[in-house]
Amino acid sequence: MTDRISELLPHVDRRDFLRLLGGSGLAALGVTGIVSAQPTVQTSARIVIVGAGAAGTSLANRLSGQLDGAKITLVDARREHLYQPGFTLVAAGLKDAKYPVSTTAEWLPQGVDWVEEQAAEIDPEANAVVTASGKRVPYDYLMVTAGLKLDYEAIEGMSLELIGGNGIGSVYAGAEYAARTWEAMDRFTDTGGVALFTRPATEMKCAGAPLKYAFLTEDYARRKGNRDKVKILYAAHNQSLFSVPIVNEKVRMLFGQRGIDTIHDHVMTAIDPGRKIATFATPEGPVEIGYDFTNVIPPMRAPDVIRNSPLPWRSGAFAADGWMEVDKHSLRHLRYPNVFAVGDVAGVPKGKTAASVKWQVPVAAAHLLADIQGTTSEESYNGYTSCPLITRVGRAMLVEFDYNNDLTPSFPGIIAPLEELWISWLMKEVALKATYYAMVRGRA
Amino acid sequence: MKELTFSTLIAVFEEIFGAGLFWTMVALAALGSVAFVYMLIRDRGLRALPFVRAEVVGLVGGLLAVLFVQFMTNSGFGDIGGPIDLITVLLIWLMGAIGTVMVAYVVQGLFRRRPPASPLT
Repeated sequence: MTDRISELLPHVDRRDFLRLLGGSGLAALGVTGIVSAQPTVQTSARIVIVGAGAAGTSLANRLSGQLDGAKITLVDARREHLYQPGFTLVAAGLKDAKYPVSTTAEWLPQGVDWVEEQAAEIDPEANAVVTASGKRVPYDYLMVTAGLKLDYEAIEGMSLELIGGNGIGSVYAGAEYAARTWEAMDRFTDTGGVALFTRPATEMKCAGAPLKYAFLTEDYARRKGNRDKVKILYAAHNQSLFSVPIVNEKVRMLFGQRGIDTIHDHVMTAIDPGRKIATFATPEGPVEIGYDFTNVIPPMRAPDVIRNSPLPWRSGAFAADGWMEVDKHSLRHLRYPNVFAVGDVAGVPKGKTAASVKWQVPVAAAHLLADIQGTTSEESYNGYTSCPLITRVGRAMLVEFDYNNDLTPSFPGIIAPLEELWISWLMKEVALKATYYAMVRGRA
Repeated sequence: MKELTFSTLIAVFEEIFGAGLFWTMVALAALGSVAFVYMLIRDRGLRALPFVRAEVVGLVGGLLAVLFVQFMTNSGFGDIGGPIDLITVLLIWLMGAIGTVMVAYVVQGLFRRRPPASPLT
């Protein structure tokens, strides 16, 4: 048998072998030089992107690869790019404050004109954006990717300077604030007391994050042997813990197993750092609750530049906080068809996560390209969002769902969405950041 | 996830390791595979004793691969929560073991100066 096999194989000496190795190495390395041959569309359209976060940079890369001759302008003063899904890991003491931070410049493709200023005014009637210095940037198509505003001022007594001291944390505020939140949580789980977790009544980015941090605090208290010294209270803003009913039930069960108490219809309105008391609006009137550690999550609204423009919804659930009036499937503005919204700023029922952005960007780009070519696109965003819901260090549930609150697992039958799994944790800790940056580069 | 294409996977791996390191690792894996095949051709078959030795080393290599993943992440054996986690551990072990077996076999072959008169298999 061996002889027969050897007859089929060519005779190779050491010199041939070395030649073979060199060839295979070059072939492998050469793959990086291959640029995917995607058809480009010739156009002289002026495209302005407002906001250089996940959606803005991803769109800039995707459009610059798909359009030839377009003048693409990105308007944003922020020089730091934040990988926001990393904030939870920083606030859990697992990553340092540099982990989520990169620069805007390193993600921008060549040929995109970056105006390093905040957009101060958007005039969709005149098709122009005006920057903080008064520079007027006209457009044929406008992609609004301005994110959202964390409205800390709406909580009386709260300010960013408080984060890290007096038992006050706030994971959302930024990488440094997430690190300070970890310091406060670390101290708290050493000493014990009452941990108070909340979420606002507004739309919010990654609605699983408040739950994750309650789970993580419980986990640390247990790991340190101080679980009996710690009382954990989760104050939900309405009657549920999570907007997707089947996930809500699972979280309710896990909270029960982990001894995390819940109260409902409580919305934080004020905080007194000196007395360590938070005030909540409830159907029965204001209620005060004492805490030793809390994760303050402010109301979230559309940025002022959007709220002060004609772009927000004028009625309905998204009007009060200024979310943009777009079709929930095409992301096209309902009154200004040459305007799209992608990411947090879009007034759609779900989708304020990076996972949603990953789906939304190709959809909005497809509709824009179709407009330029004088055709139509069937691309549709179905409300997909994903939440690696960390339930302890080392385990998470990979929860994915759509507008219908249907679970939409990426690996059906393989990775159970409502099971606490190590592999879901690995995805969060290892693969998610890489996938995010691949998306930002327009490659995923 | 809307779609998971091969090019997406490549892009993600490039982001995890950096493009240079990723393609270097791919090249090294290819090099190891080619070297293994070269040994098969040179020796006109699989040499039993070196292969058994390589398999013993492979057992340890697989374990080291699992421990390496746990070391690089904030997790351990206690975090295994379901069947897919056990399968993941097994796959990581298998990848580490296969790689180590091939490397160990090739290394033994390189140190053996003269090809044997006849293979044992």
